[in-house]
Amino acid sequence: MANTSYFAGLVGGIKSLCNGLSVTFRELWTPKVTERYPENRKENHIPERFRGTLVMPHNEKNEHKCIGCGICQMQCPNGTIKVVTEMVETADGKKKKQLVRYEYDHGCCMYCMLCTRACPQGAIEFSNEYEGSVFDRKVLVKVLNHPGSKCVEKPARPAVAKPAAPAATPAAAAPAAGNEAKAKAEKLVAAAKKAEENAAAARAAANEAKVAAEANPGDAALQEALAQAEAKAVKLETAAKTFAQKAAEAVEAAK
Amino acid sequence: MSNMINPVVVAPEELHDRLAALKAEGYDFLECLTGCDWGEEGLGVVYSLTKSSTTFEMTHVKCVAADKENPTLPTVCDLWDIANIYEREVYDFYGIIFLGHPDMRRLFLREDWVGFPMRKDDKPEEKNAEIPSTNEEISDTRHKYTLDADGKLQCEDTPVFADDAYVVNIGPQHPSTHGVLHLRTAIEGERVKQIDPHLGYIHRGIEKISESLTYPQTLALTDRMDYLGAMQTRHALCMCIEQAMGIEVSERVKVIRTIMDELQRIDSHILFFSCLCQDLGATTAFLYGFRDREEILKIFEKTTGGRLIINYNMIGGVAHDLHPDFVEDVKHFINETMPKGLKEYHKIFTGNVIFRNRSIGVGPLTREQVISYGCTGGTGRAAGWHCDLRKHRPYAAYDKVNFNEITYETGDSMDRYMVRLKEIEESCEIIRQLIDNIPEGPIQEKMKPIVKVPEGCYYSAVEGSRGILGVYLESKGDKSPYRLHYRSTGLPLVAALDEACRDFMIADLITIGGTMDYIIPDIDR
Amino acid sequence: MFDFSDFTSWLDTVLLRVMPEWLTILVECVLVALGIITLYAIFAMVMIYVERKFCAFVQCRLGPDRVGPWGTVQVVCDVLKMLTKEIVSLRKTDRFLHALAPFLVVTASMTTFACLPWNKGAQILDFNVGVFFFLAVGSIGVVGILLAGWSANNKYSLIGAMRAGAQIISYELSIGMVMLTMICLAGTMSFSELCQNQAEGGWYIFRGHIVALAAFIVYLIAGNAECNRGPFDLPESESELTAGYHTEYSGMDFGYYYLAEYLNLFICAGMASTVFLGGWAPFVIPGLDGFNEVMAMIPGFVWFLAKVFFVLFLLLWERWTFPRLRIDQILTLEWKYLIPISMTLLVLMALCVSLGLTF
Repeated sequence: MANTSYFAGLVGGIKSLCNGLSVTFRELWTPKVTERYPENRKENHIPERFRGTLVMPHNEKNEHKCIGCGICQMQCPNGTIKVVTEMVETADGKKKKQLVRYEYDHGCCMYCMLCTRACPQGAIEFSNEYEGSVFDRKVLVKVLNHPGSKCVEKPARPAVAKPAAPAATPAAAAPAAGNEAKAKAEKLVAAAKKAEENAAAARAAANEAKVAAEANPGDAALQEALAQAEAKAVKLETAAKTFAQKAAEAVEAAK
Repeated sequence: MSNMINPVVVAPEELHDRLAALKAEGYDFLECLTGCDWGEEGLGVVYSLTKSSTTFEMTHVKCVAADKENPTLPTVCDLWDIANIYEREVYDFYGIIFLGHPDMRRLFLREDWVGFPMRKDDKPEEKNAEIPSTNEEISDTRHKYTLDADGKLQCEDTPVFADDAYVVNIGPQHPSTHGVLHLRTAIEGERVKQIDPHLGYIHRGIEKISESLTYPQTLALTDRMDYLGAMQTRHALCMCIEQAMGIEVSERVKVIRTIMDELQRIDSHILFFSCLCQDLGATTAFLYGFRDREEILKIFEKTTGGRLIINYNMIGGVAHDLHPDFVEDVKHFINETMPKGLKEYHKIFTGNVIFRNRSIGVGPLTREQVISYGCTGGTGRAAGWHCDLRKHRPYAAYDKVNFNEITYETGDSMDRYMVRLKEIEESCEIIRQLIDNIPEGPIQEKMKPIVKVPEGCYYSAVEGSRGILGVYLESKGDKSPYRLHYRSTGLPLVAALDEACRDFMIADLITIGGTMDYIIPDIDR
Repeated sequence: MFDFSDFTSWLDTVLLRVMPEWLTILVECVLVALGIITLYAIFAMVMIYVERKFCAFVQCRLGPDRVGPWGTVQVVCDVLKMLTKEIVSLRKTDRFLHALAPFLVVTASMTTFACLPWNKGAQILDFNVGVFFFLAVGSIGVVGILLAGWSANNKYSLIGAMRAGAQIISYELSIGMVMLTMICLAGTMSFSELCQNQAEGGWYIFRGHIVALAAFIVYLIAGNAECNRGPFDLPESESELTAGYHTEYSGMDFGYYYLAEYLNLFICAGMASTVFLGGWAPFVIPGLDGFNEVMAMIPGFVWFLAKVFFVLFLLLWERWTFPRLRIDQILTLEWKYLIPISMTLLVLMALCVSLGLTF
């Protein structure tokens, strides 16, 4: 049984057994660690980063932030997300993508966070909801956008960007108090985007003018138009840059 | 630091001699053996060899089989014991027949599977349209293929077990195989005579799936392999991709990853202790381990939002910054909970005369055997092999900390057990050195929206909870990997089980299996 | 002191007055049988609850606490579940032996259960070779276990049964030896006399001092091994053989093994308290008459149960601390340690008795 002598082994063995017994005897009186689950629901603290289920937060006006771009759907490794969109015409005749149904199959989700990290609008996030058991798998396929909900409308762009731009419908309402910073950031992001577009358009016009001017080097009018177009493009580009910067700052602040 | 590898291409005829020569040169540890389908070039294998002495230099040899339809390569089973099971894996996925291999059976897939799924032109969905609803017939014959004088394949069949063997199925549903591992065990009375591991019950084809996922998406699968080494596995993959792309992560990220890896290692070792106690019938000690482990899980949960499936490392950084309570919690854990817990473990279990008698001298593996079988981690170090990558190929912040590499001599179950308990102390020590000096910095490098790894082969390895965890990545410059192979930490351990258990008792099989500390999803992938 | 035989003799006379003698005996037998079975079931349930709670507390858990206050109804639910479960019969098993085996086990444990002296005069089986009878009947159980392993056509069961056979038969030796040691001291083999002697002259564990104490410990170890309880539970070691000899049993057939296991533990503790701790005899300190009178006022069965639960506590405590032994270690422990020790104890006790060194 042991390499040591018979009696030494016996005594040593008994001593080690008593050691063990003393541990269990002491533990008999220590506080117990069992979590009494349904009773401790209220005290049970779930860390805020815990990923329970994907949700799409809506504000009190039943508006979400999803623009239906589908990046989350592309990012998802198991096809958990299905974004159904439709093209609608806005009041000013522009075509716009709009979210119809945001399907999320909770039963497939790996909680890898690729969707939430990829979402440019911050429209989806994981909630702490952990009681996800149901009797039917079909129930796990959830539609995250509430019925009748719509995307938070873009507030009117500041006039500086481009006065001639089609007037956007004024924001239906002031952003919710809690979301003010976020809404502001979004506003700025949108503005920056628009400014960038305008700058790009101006640059294209300038290029066109340049081509035309180069084709007819003698034409003074063309030369002047070129100079004007150049100046406009440069101006707009700078504006776009400042906007982008502001937007980035605002996004940081909102975070 | 680039982790690009340029395998030396060797013709099949010269392969065996070349590898034998390299082995003689000191590259005597077959760290990784990766099958690959290079399309037009043909099917083949990349052998990653390492000097098992302290330098741990690597060299890579590539060998392509000439015939695309019936590829054959010479076996290297006679050089490394672990090649046996690695070559079976390649055969299973690519259909490369290794000439002279004594046991060319499928490893993970069902015996009735049609085709070789990892071949790029294989169509598994068409060939295996019906999901089989019958029991799998487990083959009892080993196939040995050789070439005859005309160059034709000859198959020689030998039975796996002798006719009069008394074979007991330990698993796939068994309390102490720690998952769905199936050990067909031939016994004589109480003595184990032979073990034939039958794997693949939890094979999910992670490597195959990864080939159709983008790089960030492949990360999501790593936590599902070795669930007690989730941090480290994901660290390995992130590190491999980052180094391949030439991204340098900030010091902060490196330190965070190091701390997280060590917490994960402690977590794994506590669970090792618990499960060993449970396997040996000391159910109470089992719960003491779980009680202490809970604290680590809570730390993980606060910072990362996950407990087992953590999803923390990202390409170029980590997902979240540390939780404000992190430092305090970790300090409490390493300075109070763990020392107290360890003291209790030693008192109730380590010193126990029953456990000592059941583990000392049980299932010893020599240094030569562990190198030949590629048993790294605690199992390797118990046998006196200095194989800690944190020391020999330092990564992340391991070059900035002082710690001891725990090694023992005899490599029996007791040593394997002690290595892990001592490593808990060392891990605490590493964390203690880092926790107060976590540098400031970004937690995430700026990444392009679509991650593309430049064309080439890459290999990175970390020291996982139970050994060297390698990632072999081959890229064609796309947004998904061309081939992604994980050097599993558990597969060599299971391969060595037969050797370690022979002529010991059934109860010892449980002890040996427990102290080997394998995780089944990591073996099967 | 409350004497249960007052009640039984009164019942006997009452019954004799209204019915012939043969009918009286029949009625009494039925009553006794019902009594045993009820007690058996109740104590099994109490034991299961106690064990679950105890092991939970040792393990920093709370144990069952969902059903009823502090989980007390849990065991009742488990019993109901067990009763309603399907008994699966398997192909290629030896049906007859398979069905017979649990009854043998349960019969053995019920018969030994009947040997326990609950109170003064409350003893079901009592005759002059009571200890021998107890040992003899107790070993029927191993036949049931061997049959269970053999008939199930399952390799785990067979290995478990073989282990159980080797283990139980070996440990019976030292149990017998220890019993002989105590009989040597007591000079009687009847359980009622054993208790009566101890009530009059003090518990044997005190009268036999060091030798008796050592014998007590040896008895606890061997008795624990007899019951297939951890750390000697390797015939059914769940981490090696999934469930050992009762792997293939389901429903109430499995329930019988479960019952028998817990009751055997109870019987082991009961026998230890009868032989060493005085059975129903109260704790007396010579000279302190007031104290002794108070002690004597507590009824015998309370004393008995208190002692039994004290011994049970020791057994549970040890069961939930140690890892399981291996088969060769179990046999080493028995043949190299316990048998020599118990033989020495027997000789020492004989010497003590003959030299008058006992109290």
